[in-house]
Amino acid sequence: MNFFKIIAKRSVLPGLLLLISFNSIKAQSGQQIFQQNCQTCHNLDKDGTGPHLRGVEERGPWAESRQNLHKWVHNPGAFIPTTPYTQELHKTFGQIMPSFPQLSDADIDAIFDWIKNAPAPGAAKPTGEGATATEGEGTSNRNALIFGIISLILAIVALILMQVNSNLKKLSDDKESILRPEPVPFWRNKIYIALFAIILFIVGGYYVGKGAIGLGRQQGYQPTQPIYFSHKVHAGINQINCLYCHNSAFEGKHAGIPTLNICMNCHKSINAYEKGPKIYDENKNEIDGTAEIKKLYSYAGFTPGPGANWDPANAKSPEWIKIHNLPDHVYFNHSQHTKVGNVQCQTCHGNIQQMDKVQQMAELSMGWCINCHRETKVNFNYNDSSGNKYYSIYEKFHNDIKSGKMDSVTVKDIGGLECQKCHY
Amino acid sequence: MSDKKYWQSFAELNNKEEVQKLAQNEFAEDLPFEDLDDKGLFDSKTPRRDFLKYLGFSTAAATLAASCETPVRKAMPYVNRPENVTPGIARYFASTYVQDGDVVPVVVKVRDGRPIKIEGNELYPFTKGGTSARAQASVLDLYDMYRLPHPKRKSGNKFQEIPTFDQLDTQINNALAGLGGAPVVLLTSTVVSPTTKQVISEFLAKYPGSRHVQYDAISYSGLIQANGGKIPAYQFDRAKVIVSLGADFLGTWLSPVEFARQYAVGRKIDEKNVSMSKHYQFESYLSMTGSCADERFTHRPSELGQVALALLGAVGGQAPAVNFADANLRAGIQKVANDLKAHNGAALVVCGSNDPNVQAVVTAINSAIGATIDPAVSLNNRQGIDADMVNLVNQMNAGQVGALFIYGANPVYDYFDADKFKTGLSKVRLSISFNEKLDETTELCQYSVPTHHYLESWGDAEPRTGYICFIQPTINPLFKTRPFQTSLLKWSGNNTDYETYFRNFWMGKVGGQAGFDKVLQDGVLAMSVASPATTTSTANTGGLPAAITAITGGRKGGKTEVILYQNVAMGTGRQGGNPWLLEVPDPVTRSSWDNYAMISTKKAEELGINYKDVDFEYYPDKPIIDITVGNKKVSLPALVIPGMQPDTIAVAVGYGRSENYSKATQGVGKNVYPLARWNGSSIEYANDVNVALAGDTYKVARVQVHNSYDGRTEVVKETSMASFMLHPDAYKEWREELHKDFAPATGDYRKEGTLYGDHVQPGPKWGMSIDMNLCIGCHACVVACHLENNVPVVGKSEVLRYHDMHWLRIDRYFVSDENNPDNLKAVVFQPMLCQHCDNAPCENVCPVAATMHNSEGVNQMAYNRCIGTRYCANNCPYKVRRFNWGDYTGASTHGVLGPSSGVGELDPVVHQMNDELTRMVLNPDVVTRSRGVMEKCSFCVQRTQAGKLQAKMENRPLGGDDVITACAQACPTNAITFSNVNDKTSTVSKIREQNPRRLFYVLEQIHTLPNVSYLAKIRNTQEVIQGEKEGAEHAQQQTHEPVPSEQAPASTEAGH
Repeated sequence: MNFFKIIAKRSVLPGLLLLISFNSIKAQSGQQIFQQNCQTCHNLDKDGTGPHLRGVEERGPWAESRQNLHKWVHNPGAFIPTTPYTQELHKTFGQIMPSFPQLSDADIDAIFDWIKNAPAPGAAKPTGEGATATEGEGTSNRNALIFGIISLILAIVALILMQVNSNLKKLSDDKESILRPEPVPFWRNKIYIALFAIILFIVGGYYVGKGAIGLGRQQGYQPTQPIYFSHKVHAGINQINCLYCHNSAFEGKHAGIPTLNICMNCHKSINAYEKGPKIYDENKNEIDGTAEIKKLYSYAGFTPGPGANWDPANAKSPEWIKIHNLPDHVYFNHSQHTKVGNVQCQTCHGNIQQMDKVQQMAELSMGWCINCHRETKVNFNYNDSSGNKYYSIYEKFHNDIKSGKMDSVTVKDIGGLECQKCHY
Repeated sequence: MSDKKYWQSFAELNNKEEVQKLAQNEFAEDLPFEDLDDKGLFDSKTPRRDFLKYLGFSTAAATLAASCETPVRKAMPYVNRPENVTPGIARYFASTYVQDGDVVPVVVKVRDGRPIKIEGNELYPFTKGGTSARAQASVLDLYDMYRLPHPKRKSGNKFQEIPTFDQLDTQINNALAGLGGAPVVLLTSTVVSPTTKQVISEFLAKYPGSRHVQYDAISYSGLIQANGGKIPAYQFDRAKVIVSLGADFLGTWLSPVEFARQYAVGRKIDEKNVSMSKHYQFESYLSMTGSCADERFTHRPSELGQVALALLGAVGGQAPAVNFADANLRAGIQKVANDLKAHNGAALVVCGSNDPNVQAVVTAINSAIGATIDPAVSLNNRQGIDADMVNLVNQMNAGQVGALFIYGANPVYDYFDADKFKTGLSKVRLSISFNEKLDETTELCQYSVPTHHYLESWGDAEPRTGYICFIQPTINPLFKTRPFQTSLLKWSGNNTDYETYFRNFWMGKVGGQAGFDKVLQDGVLAMSVASPATTTSTANTGGLPAAITAITGGRKGGKTEVILYQNVAMGTGRQGGNPWLLEVPDPVTRSSWDNYAMISTKKAEELGINYKDVDFEYYPDKPIIDITVGNKKVSLPALVIPGMQPDTIAVAVGYGRSENYSKATQGVGKNVYPLARWNGSSIEYANDVNVALAGDTYKVARVQVHNSYDGRTEVVKETSMASFMLHPDAYKEWREELHKDFAPATGDYRKEGTLYGDHVQPGPKWGMSIDMNLCIGCHACVVACHLENNVPVVGKSEVLRYHDMHWLRIDRYFVSDENNPDNLKAVVFQPMLCQHCDNAPCENVCPVAATMHNSEGVNQMAYNRCIGTRYCANNCPYKVRRFNWGDYTGASTHGVLGPSSGVGELDPVVHQMNDELTRMVLNPDVVTRSRGVMEKCSFCVQRTQAGKLQAKMENRPLGGDDVITACAQACPTNAITFSNVNDKTSTVSKIREQNPRRLFYVLEQIHTLPNVSYLAKIRNTQEVIQGEKEGAEHAQQQTHEPVPSEQAPASTEAGH
């Protein structure tokens, strides 16, 4: 019982975060609202942390009227004692659903309308995103190759012609009995050697410099993690909000790696990878999703089974490999960018919802940071109703905007290029 | 010509040119170029071929190292995240620093489960967020690698671990049962905790005949006895006249943080209605409190009683006439008495003597003048009675003590007759020490049962009746330790642990769980009902006449006397192994790491010390003198200090801890507690001594001479009250004339005074104000800066080479007559840190733009960009930049420091600071700097950044006082304030606006446009300083010419 209390407490925080992140988006489909708020505990066809929801409106008090559902979602704790059905539910599942007072009646109706009409299991939708991008890249690569080959052929032809030219000249000279010194072959020609040395120095220097600058940078870093955790399956296909797992990204410096209790919130009931598309690693070997969930269980010290309880005391933490690393002399704060700057996770981390195995997409170099700081506009409060009120202390900018001297405020304008904004 | 002069050392006073010439040298000592002798380069120890070999090897090594794979970094999340822990976000918990009887309510910053910073608790009405250097440094004691990790029992000469507490309990219970009724004595330092007192009394009830003896390293027994067992609750804030008879009440006496806060109330000047309290100090040496006094008079330590008597007589009490040879002192007493009488009901006399007779006289004076003492409450900060301790030691020697439990006391180190205590201890059948760390006493006990550090503990403290300060743990115990109270409960047959006991005790008193949570959150509680009196003591029954007889018939001092004092950072030496406290320089002598003998100029001449010599001041070697009392001899280096009583030698206690207990104390300091004497009723911290020159020298690490302003001594502004009233606008007019002079066209000094463009601060602009009237030199800010900014400890050998790293220092200037430097008029403390100039000389000279200005008015330093040319430090007129000469933090070598011995190597203490456990104290938001880079005050950029982020997250404008730097937070007197000065409602903006007459910027005439402003110090004296006005004009004229340092005027009149 105690344990369920803890779980219930834990789920309040993600709930709140969800609230924060979705207030701005008003008109949403029932499916979206469901995925954002309900899906972590409720499945359509299978009991999870909470009961399965297909056909929910034929059961208990929900069959009577939607009103009851509204009351329930807004404050489940208050509703439980009122009907025997909900009391029974409480007994079966042992914990109380967090309340969602932020959802309007219309939102709740949308959820249940969607549940009513949701497609039956097995009718998986195809996901075809990402194909166009690779196509474009492929074309440009091919073009470069063709140009390269043509240039090379032309260079060889030019060289041959030059040789032919000099040979012909020699022949004609011989014919006319003009004595000329033997032509110096190009590999002993000082001009060629000097030219070659200079080119070698420049090209070599360029690559050495580039390599030195790139020391310690890890763009494209894609290590194998202790558990094959697919962001594509979780964030992409199942559309779990990033913040559900990385919940401190809005609060503080670190986005945070999800703690095991967050994994176990869902995986207590989801113990097999069944419905999703097949996953392959980079060597085209198929990944057994169910086996990976088993790995999670071994870390968590959990034996699946009906009514199985998870005790965090038996768990040990997996040693995840940190992919996105910044040097020690850089101060980076997630909340500054996510909550204050409204920067999307994907801006820095790439299309994470399409990655099975996470890869570092961005360079994470200072030039890369600075460039974004140059271009990004801050959430300036140009008037009283919009933007972050913090910026109301920037009187000068407000005046300049009014007088038309500047039209927008970028991060650079508020000191985003200064050393000690990140280095201290 | 002015008769006032600011100076830092005797040499500077006497031979200014020579000192300045020496200051031009980059290194004080000869550089070790022994290889380059006559033999030439090829025959030197490192010939060319070797050089090429090294070069080749290091290039190859660097290439190899660079081509290695980047290390794989692992990240392990919590299994089940605790509810209130978010990685990377600091939480704050109220707690209380309790050491001996010092109580400072604090707020502990906990980051990822580790306490890393101490801040003052603003809810406690008597400290209001003030802290002390020792409270700040206490967090380092938590991570001390010398803490005792588990309970131990001595077998033979060695301690052996006791694996479980159950085994320990069985052993102790058996031993206690086997005592056969012999008394158990609990020997503790002052216990201010009500629950601990109750636990102790329950324990004592279980073992009849047992008793509790409280013992303080520096005793207040006389004060307690003279006031019937209770220490009066002094109110410095209400006093218009404050007289201290040798009490260092701002630094170390009784409850200094509280007193400093109260003192600041009267010392703060409102320019519209100028008035301030008057502070007289009678003392034998130059103390920190004496340095802050408006007028001070010196007397021999043995004359303190007579001074008190004379003062009693002069304020109209019944006292015999006392005659002093010193006319100055005689006149002073009369003057003070008149002032006290004139301010009846608003005056206060405090006395540092431990003699109950002297204190009885002081009590009589206080009742005669209606002193500002709160009669309703009393202070509990010290409760030890000397006679109890002396009795105990006698009983121990007589074999009458069955068991001795020692908690928080270290008498083998700090008892005046430690040898007797040691022999007594060996006769005790069962001796247990509960001290957290191995110390001199614990080493001689049979059992060591270490208790938790206060940051790991539950607890409470009642420093003044009715006011409870709570202690709550901020980290799980790092070692296998157990609270002292739990042990006592266990051994008295009570199986509850102290946490439960404590909870039950308070839960009933504060109204259940909700009330308990509230008091823990606040950390302090004011109880309406005064708790019962806590101390029972043998009150001084003789009364005043007996006291007077005792004083008049008392000891007459010999030729030379020694007085033992406490240094503001080190105190009694309980935190003696703390590297931060050791590296903090003394405010008056500006020396760190050691204790030394402070002697007067007269004594120096007697001993034949040529203290006026430039070399004496410039090189750290100081002559050693032998101080002999009976058969006890202590040899200490001598520092010549002005303002000393001519025949008095002052030595700080708390040093000379054995190096077995901390690498930091290796080879520094001497223990001088044995010089104290027992006068039959109390311990006197003064004695007659013989002195002689030992003929040898010892290096003392002084920091004052490290930074030269190149003759610009006008960095401080200080005047007397009378002069200020006479020319209230002197400073203001000087500034106005300066501005007019430099900006004749527009009057805009800021823009017109320079060729460079101006920086614009469209958002916040950070600014600091330092009120020199309020700065008492306590160095809490310096230690706070250490903690907050990961400022490295460099060790004594590095301080000697001018490599000290303090980002914030407190400069000390003596003010005296031109002719008689010993006749000190005042001492000025000036906190000096990066001034964050808007037209900064350092920025222009950096070849790689590693230091530059930002849009918030902060001079920023990008450590990773710095290539270490040190041009900036050379061009800084304030000398506040610090260069990393050594790899003090292991940042350049991934934690592998060089060897700890040999020429130029780092001291053992640097290695101690880089221990894995000790490094847990580092602030993760601030980078540790590597060797070869310049560093300096950043205006706590991590705090300003966090404050701005907080405002943005909460979608609100930034408040003017939303951010406070570590130094400003720590300050007990609010001398330092920090704000966004673009907000006109912020504190600093208001201070600058409301104090135009005292406002000044250091070296304003060189147009650096600092963002740190100062308020001039006003001494509350009636002396009119001649030439104050003329001096201002003269100084203003100097600014016409670009003054090269050599041509700087030999005496800068009136300090402008």
